[in-house]
Amino acid sequence: MPGDAGLPQPPATPPGPSGASAARAAGTLDVRGLPPVAENLFCWPDGRPRLIGSACRACATLAFPQQQSCPRCCGEDVEAVLLPAEGTLWSWTVQRFPPKSPPYAGAEAEFRPFAVGYVALDGGIAVQGRLTGAATPDGYRIGMPMRLVIEPFPRSDGTTVAAYAFAPGPAGSGGSLPGAPGETSAAS
Amino acid sequence: MTGSLAIAGIGIYPFGRHEDVSGLQMAVTAARAALADAGVSWPDIQFAVGGSDSAGRPDTMVSRLGLTGLPFTNVINGCATGGASLLTARDAIASGAHEIGLVVGFDKHPRGAFDPRPEDWGLGAWYGDLGLMLTTQYFGIKIQRYMHEHGITAASLARVAAKAFRNGERNPAAWRRKPLSEDDILASAMVADPLTQYMFCSPSAGAVALVVCHPDLAARFPAPPVYVRAVSMRSRRFGSFEVFSPSVPLTRGPSPSQEAARAAYAEAGIGPGEFGVVQVQDTESGAELMHLAECGLCEHGAQEELMRTGATEIGGPMPVNTDGGCIASGEPIGASGLRQVYETVLQLRGRAGDRQVEGARTGFTHVYGAPGISACAVLSR
Repeated sequence: MPGDAGLPQPPATPPGPSGASAARAAGTLDVRGLPPVAENLFCWPDGRPRLIGSACRACATLAFPQQQSCPRCCGEDVEAVLLPAEGTLWSWTVQRFPPKSPPYAGAEAEFRPFAVGYVALDGGIAVQGRLTGAATPDGYRIGMPMRLVIEPFPRSDGTTVAAYAFAPGPAGSGGSLPGAPGETSAAS
Repeated sequence: MTGSLAIAGIGIYPFGRHEDVSGLQMAVTAARAALADAGVSWPDIQFAVGGSDSAGRPDTMVSRLGLTGLPFTNVINGCATGGASLLTARDAIASGAHEIGLVVGFDKHPRGAFDPRPEDWGLGAWYGDLGLMLTTQYFGIKIQRYMHEHGITAASLARVAAKAFRNGERNPAAWRRKPLSEDDILASAMVADPLTQYMFCSPSAGAVALVVCHPDLAARFPAPPVYVRAVSMRSRRFGSFEVFSPSVPLTRGPSPSQEAARAAYAEAGIGPGEFGVVQVQDTESGAELMHLAECGLCEHGAQEELMRTGATEIGGPMPVNTDGGCIASGEPIGASGLRQVYETVLQLRGRAGDRQVEGARTGFTHVYGAPGISACAVLSR
């Protein structure tokens, strides 16, 4: 899966304007040079991050990460798609204790409670991810607008990788839209 | 009607932390207790089904119980292992292949939350790397959404846990037997918002064994027979919100608990409103509340009133988790589902001591586990 913008779009894409926030732009300047936590999770079409999912060509059902078959109709005719970069918070919690390692790979010295949630995206899918950007780990509310961000993730082995997360923000405050006219990003 | 399976004997190794006893030894002790309860010996047993997640291979028990050559099937289905074991035994007897068997479940886990490997669950390593591979998160996220949709409050979460510890106090085989106030439960450390430390069960150790037989033979054993009127198991369908899911569809579908419960009621011809005693998976307080509704035992949102009025207490109209459930017993994965059956048999025999539900003649059990499976059973005298 190449990290380019040549992927088909999901069945539904969010409407609305888009503009990069200074914070996000600053973050992405650093993070684009980092190796991703895994291949094929996200890419940077037009210089803005997007998650890569899959869509069933028969029933349009989305999945993330991309998979080779459809969880709804069981068909195997699926294609990779870019998922919408904005949505609303479906539900969340706070990871209050350091997860056991393995499997957790975060740097122990750096551990601070972090929020985790599912963000509902257009197209009928909610994606799980770490939440970031609120003043406190419990500063999230169901229904609040969220947008995709890519953050540095320091690992216990001393390396740092790029990982996706969701941050509060009204639609258009930092997510990317396919083909938005005049779209330029300080990060690209 | 007697269903297709009867329980002739039961045995338990009390749940808790047992540093010096192996899981396998606990299982052997429970098995010998079940055999004694049924008045039979190991060579009488024609087949066995055993479940353990992390305490060794169940079929190695034959080296301690005796090398009789019987077929011994190992079962592993996460927290639903006990239910899957019971289903396997039921099918073995209903098929006519065997008449009497042993079902055993045991486990022994290290302290702290479970630490599953993403690769074992069909997920990329990144999922564990980022700290998403935790069942505690799933339960926090699920109940948070459920409270938002159905008006359940944290007070009800605390009431579930307080009830569990009160019932555990009356159960010599439970682990946590000290009552805790709702205030203490709410004030304990937050683990996965909105769930606090004392709302969660902990991994523990223990074992349960059952001698099972064809219903036609049940009267030959010394204890009053208890019949398994139905056993069912389901995996997840599209649209259910399940643990270890990097994404979920926003289209809601039936949960495995909902479907397994419906199937059990249909098979048994006994359903909600008819159970003298109910055991549901209470990995944490919210799970008990949500599973009651998923199993059709109350309406979504009605749990707030049920908890406020004590409806699920021993002595209430629908006693739930009368032995303290997972919250007071801890969860040895392989044994947990069979613990529910053990408790139900005690209650239906009228031998549950201080926690006896007066006149209980029917019972329902429900387990739920990763990656989205549920098994249910209906029992009657």
